Amino acid sequence: MTAATKKTVLLVLRHSPYGSGLAKAALDAALASAAFDQSVDLLFMGDAVLQLQPDQDSHPLGMKTIGRQLASLPLYDINHVYVDAQAAARYNMDLSKAPLQTRPLGGHDMHQLMVGYDHLLGF
Amino acid sequence: MIYSLLVLSSPFSGHSSRRAAQFAHCVTARGHTIHRVFFLDAGTLASAANSVSAQDEESPVTGWAELADQHGIELAICITSALKHGMLDQVEADRHERASPTIDAAFTVSGLGQLVDAYASSDRLITFGG
Repeated sequence: MTAATKKTVLLVLRHSPYGSGLAKAALDAALASAAFDQSVDLLFMGDAVLQLQPDQDSHPLGMKTIGRQLASLPLYDINHVYVDAQAAARYNMDLSKAPLQTRPLGGHDMHQLMVGYDHLLGF
Repeated sequence: MIYSLLVLSSPFSGHSSRRAAQFAHCVTARGHTIHRVFFLDAGTLASAANSVSAQDEESPVTGWAELADQHGIELAICITSALKHGMLDQVEADRHERASPTIDAAFTVSGLGQLVDAYASSDRLITFGG
């Protein structure tokens, strides 16, 4: 690959973990970005906060467990993970037990976060 | 301005994939450049050469193939997603012992590194169907 420059990228996840292939697609895009030395952060919004449920077991669905794969992201230097605080509250999520260390943000802060990146990729 | 597009949804569900092709036509008509269109997940189905559309509907491949023909725009489909969705070029069809390729010749099977290169080389990356 001949990447022109290093860019800052925010992956904005908005879908539940097993309802479509998007959660897995986002993970793959995040890992590829890190592998090619881009600066990549994640924001879980809306139904995507369910990807952070602790103790997921998607084995009966015949799919790989998203939570377990998310837990490996810090190994690839993906350390800044943000969560839509309102959505997390709606689903009564205990983020202290999430597979990743996250930072909850309100609506205004999410907007402030988004404008700071070169690119947003929506999943 | 240099644009790249990321297409995530199937052309057979909703209108995002067709919208992306229309957007690419408009962008080039305005004198901008499309560096690459990257198809990921169900988006790879846009390359389905054997899809048969209803008589009064345009095949999803047509709009993309025109972009490749007229403007030389690169249409890259993610190999992992493509294989999962049965979208194979000749090389992959041979490798996986399938009878024939299933993608239109306008598309190239590619790796996720090409998505990273797309946004790293572009002023704007627009996601369709996320």
